[in-house]
Amino acid sequence: MSPWFRLSCSLAPTLQPSSQDLKQMLESSKDSAKLDAMKRIVGMIAKGKNASELFPAVVKNVASKNIEIKKLVYVYLMRYAEEQQDLALLSISTFQRALKDPNQLIRASALRVLSSIRVPIIVPIMMLAIKEASSDLSPYVRKNAAHAIQKLYSLDPEQKEMLIEVIEKLLRDRSTLVAGSVVMAFEEVCPDRIDLIHKNYRKLCNLLIDVEEWGQVVIIHMLTRYARTQFVSPWKVVEVVEEYSENNFYESDEEQKEKDQKVKDTYSMDPDHRLLLRNTKPLLQSRNAAVVMAVSQLYWHLAPKSEASVVSKSLVRLLRSNREVQYIVLQNIATMSIQRKDMFEPHLKSFYVRSTDPTMIKTLKLEILTNLANEANISTLLREFQTYVKSQDKQFAAATIQAIGRCATNITEVTDTCLNGLVCLLSNRDEIVVAESVVVIKKLLQTQPAHHGEIIKHMAKLLDNITVPVARASILWLIGEYCERVPKIAPDVLRKTAKSFTDEDDLVKLQILNLGAKLYLTNSKQTKLLTQYVLNLGKYDQSYDIRDRTRFIRQLIVPNEKSGALSKYAKKIFLAQKPAPLLESPFKGRDHFQLGTLSHTLNSQATGYLELSDWPEVAPDPSVRNVEIAESGVSKKLNTSSSSVTESASSEESSSDSKSELDSKSDSESGKSRSTTTSKVTTQVSVPAKTHELLHRMSGKGLAAHYHFSRQPGIFGDHMVSVQVTVTNTTDHKIENIHIKEKKLPPGMRMHEFSPIECLEPAGSITVSVGIDFCDSTQIASFQLCTKDDCFSVSIQPPVGELLLPVTMSEKDFKKEQGEKYFSSFNKCIWMRRGSSVIFVFAFPSRFAAKTVHSESLMLVTVELKGSSTAQLIINTEKTVIGSVLLRELKPVLSQG
Amino acid sequence: MIHSLFLINAAGDIFLEKHWKSVVSRSVCDYFFEAQERASEAENVLPVIPTPHHYLLSVYRHKIFFVAVIQSEVPPLFVIEFLHRVVDTFQDYFGVCSEVMIKDNVVVVYEVLEEMLDNGFPLATESNILKELIKPPTILRTVVNTITGSTNVGDQLPTGQLSVVPWRRTGVKYTNNEAYFDVIEEIDAIIDKSGSTITAEIQGVIDACVKLTGMPDLTLSFMNPRLLDDVSFHPCVRFKRWESERILSFIPPDGNFRLLSYHVSAQNLVAIPVYVKHNISFRDSSSLGRFEITVGPKQTMGKTVEGVIVTSQMPKGVLNMTLTPSQGTHVFDPVTKLLSWDVGKINPQKLPSLKGSMSLQAGTSKPDENPTINLQFKIQQLAISGLKVNRLDMYGEKYKPFKGIKYMTKAGKFQVRT
Repeated sequence: MSPWFRLSCSLAPTLQPSSQDLKQMLESSKDSAKLDAMKRIVGMIAKGKNASELFPAVVKNVASKNIEIKKLVYVYLMRYAEEQQDLALLSISTFQRALKDPNQLIRASALRVLSSIRVPIIVPIMMLAIKEASSDLSPYVRKNAAHAIQKLYSLDPEQKEMLIEVIEKLLRDRSTLVAGSVVMAFEEVCPDRIDLIHKNYRKLCNLLIDVEEWGQVVIIHMLTRYARTQFVSPWKVVEVVEEYSENNFYESDEEQKEKDQKVKDTYSMDPDHRLLLRNTKPLLQSRNAAVVMAVSQLYWHLAPKSEASVVSKSLVRLLRSNREVQYIVLQNIATMSIQRKDMFEPHLKSFYVRSTDPTMIKTLKLEILTNLANEANISTLLREFQTYVKSQDKQFAAATIQAIGRCATNITEVTDTCLNGLVCLLSNRDEIVVAESVVVIKKLLQTQPAHHGEIIKHMAKLLDNITVPVARASILWLIGEYCERVPKIAPDVLRKTAKSFTDEDDLVKLQILNLGAKLYLTNSKQTKLLTQYVLNLGKYDQSYDIRDRTRFIRQLIVPNEKSGALSKYAKKIFLAQKPAPLLESPFKGRDHFQLGTLSHTLNSQATGYLELSDWPEVAPDPSVRNVEIAESGVSKKLNTSSSSVTESASSEESSSDSKSELDSKSDSESGKSRSTTTSKVTTQVSVPAKTHELLHRMSGKGLAAHYHFSRQPGIFGDHMVSVQVTVTNTTDHKIENIHIKEKKLPPGMRMHEFSPIECLEPAGSITVSVGIDFCDSTQIASFQLCTKDDCFSVSIQPPVGELLLPVTMSEKDFKKEQGEKYFSSFNKCIWMRRGSSVIFVFAFPSRFAAKTVHSESLMLVTVELKGSSTAQLIINTEKTVIGSVLLRELKPVLSQG
Repeated sequence: MIHSLFLINAAGDIFLEKHWKSVVSRSVCDYFFEAQERASEAENVLPVIPTPHHYLLSVYRHKIFFVAVIQSEVPPLFVIEFLHRVVDTFQDYFGVCSEVMIKDNVVVVYEVLEEMLDNGFPLATESNILKELIKPPTILRTVVNTITGSTNVGDQLPTGQLSVVPWRRTGVKYTNNEAYFDVIEEIDAIIDKSGSTITAEIQGVIDACVKLTGMPDLTLSFMNPRLLDDVSFHPCVRFKRWESERILSFIPPDGNFRLLSYHVSAQNLVAIPVYVKHNISFRDSSSLGRFEITVGPKQTMGKTVEGVIVTSQMPKGVLNMTLTPSQGTHVFDPVTKLLSWDVGKINPQKLPSLKGSMSLQAGTSKPDENPTINLQFKIQQLAISGLKVNRLDMYGEKYKPFKGIKYMTKAGKFQVRT
């Protein structure tokens, strides 16, 4: 096949070759033919044509080197694997291989396809792949792992427990790329496991602004639900005590409780609650309507009443968007405006209707205008409504009449004006408008039946012309109800309608019967015969309903020997005072659905809708959100600041010295430093952003380098500590060939260098990883950082904490290790002036376990409280040098309080 | 989240389907067709339609319905916003988003959709990222690919996916470095019979076309930022900087994008640049009506009003219109009853007018309401709100870019009631 022929085919894919031809093309040795065939097949799938018979031929190409063929095969597999499970299994090994590929895109897409193949047999393989991918170095692969969780869950819900473990792990992930996807998986798999969120709550709040927009929506909705279970209602008290300041945000729970007791009657918002509100507010400026809506519903459901109004401006902005967005936003505004008129009143004019709006938008706007009506704006609104009533869109005109009716009942000052206006409409030429007016007038008259005889008379005249059944029925009902006010007209109306009885709609017939009965009771002299005539007609009507009603009325009003005791009360039954109908917004009561949800839009519970719980009476323990070493299960690397490293390395202090030093700490000092200690602990889960300088730009002739410990488990080998080096070019020319040379390492130490950087643009910076095996010592690793022209001597010294890896072990194991092994132990008493302040950090006794990176020997740390002002710190280890350095560094940190 | 997507054309044919989870039979669209039938016009079809087992969420653009099938609770705006993003992406890829274009490029469409969603959850929606994964088709590339056997599909993860600036691809190189910004304002207004303004608002956007090498960091400041009442940003804009200094600071995406949209509130006085004098009357007895409109400039700050188009939906009773325009061309469609008059430029010395008579259906009474008049116009070199860009600076790169700023005012939803 010549290339030109192929070109013309791809431009005109409608010319379909037979499946036999396609098979041949797929089996050809040329990639181009295969690609062409795959394109045609995908075209068939897109049109919804069945291409499943090609499965064997297609699946052979899953390992194709050509990336486009491969992608198209993936598309095909996802579509048909479920139908051809046995054959689909042929492809699995390819994916398993691809999962180990060094290219992250290939790993990720392999996971995507593997998890999209809905074949139950491979569930264990999928599970394994997800677990592995969830600790992949690439956040993109981890993101895909989060997606795969949902796919596996829908394929086999039995895996739930295992999947929750993976979710738990991924929730701890700090990448913004992963956050949205894993929360989505959480919502799908285990939305009730709110306990998994506690530890990650603050992190999610802080990451939110950097998460991609779709993830933001999901996270905000989840956090809304979370907040409703964890915080107390900010709505109960009128005044909100805003004691919040940046400083006391990381306040410990102990103090919080203290304060709670002090100010129990005045409400103060939980700092975490405030954090959520504060961090979501900027998102109101998002270009994505879904994000804006999500924040709006969060403010509606969580913010104090006085603050919720910040969202209205943004919501009104969305009204400029496409009609679909408008539709949803208007619905939500309609619900909000019932409860909180003040939020949208300033924007009243934004809801004015244009003749070009689609009908659904028009009616929603009208709904909102009606909700917003009050004494101050009603006159402008009614003038606006007058225009709408004349609209060519009659459906909309009818809705406007309803709206006028509602305004009239809600605002008593304008009731008469509205009624007069509506009466004028009775002479309108359009029947729908007249009918709607009649119905609304009927309702209005019922609310205040005082002296509207004139209107009723006017309406009676209309009866000759109106044909709409609802309107006719309404008029008849009105005349019957107030027949004593129009004694002359009522019998005449009955006479007229009796004549037309047989041609009327069922609805009207029932009202004629009603009218007859009421007249019979009040004015039997004039109407007895007429009523009996009507009743006779009704007796032989085709409709069951009417026959039943006729029988019922006859028994009630016409006294005879068989009629029971009820007929005595007939007048009371028929002419009882009837409660006036309430004219309410159809959006009333919709607010029990969370705003912004599908259920709210449909006003019925959608599958999978998660109910928003009521505020708890008493807030659950807020300390669960504190992120601490002791509670995190895994003891993280001890955060030793670099300053203390140098200090301890330089001097060999005796224990007595430090003791006296600690003693001398004054009370006033401890008060100040307390808050800083605790905040350090709470942020400790993260990898500290602290960077150390490797090469200053002055001494490096414009080349600057920094390093920090990334704390990722050995990329370069088990014994290596990974160090991220960021090289920055501060000169105005390119720096070429940056590499490492002349390593001067102490014996035993090894180093894995980064591959040379070919070229660094001016002002550019690049981050590379190196691995260093420090042999469990704090000795300095010196080497030269070289460019094309120069060499600079640099060195890295690790803080002792970086030489340790966290280990999880149970308390029992911990004690066993501690007791049995021949560790040399260092005991040290620490004097503490204010013992209580340290409690925030540790639950005593606290135990931490770690192992050294190089020799993997255990390192156990125990902190125990002895008496009120003394604590004991015990370190058990084989490595005495590291142990003593660690002890020296831990001591000041612990006794700082 | 999103289970499947169906594309339906004006004739009611499903011409493309894509499933991200198990396959949903296309018969689910029957519910949609039913709703479509009930709503007389396409734009009256409800965006959310419940069916016994699924929910259908749709958007209607370019005469195509994009119908997403949902199985469980999801924020409806999430889906709707995403569908709009799909349409935008197609438009970006193929220039126009039409049925023919989609059918011609069905493979690319499929590949793009595959990348945009994973298991129904959005994966990559930034067009800068997508274009690195799947290159947009051009005639040249098609020819080259068929000869050399190379593909449209990228084999590396786009750098944007992992970086802190996901909207910008790396390694951008241009010989001419240019950055153009268009400040476009639209006036939404309702003018009543007597010519007084009922409501008027200004909605503005700043669209940018940035073709700069490397990783430029731009700042844009305004002479009068206080005018902006409510703003929404492209994700690239640093919010903190705006909050504190009212300066737009950002690393721009490569190519065309909308930097900012803003709103100048109804509280401010809005200058209305045109007026319409109208005299439309129906008489009860006669079957003839009079029609006369004149358009003239009002507060235009000395600029010419161009591109004026007047449209009006006439009442059903109007059978035909015999009109003579003083300039431009006019069309009256007796079926849809839509009158459209393409005026062109307004010359203040000689105001354009359209006069004539309407013939009404005999026997019908006169309509309740005179038709509303919709106006479109353009004014170059003017931002009606008075917004002015102060300066544009670039940091982080050494070269000197070519910068340009253009202002334009347009009519948005501009209606005159008569």
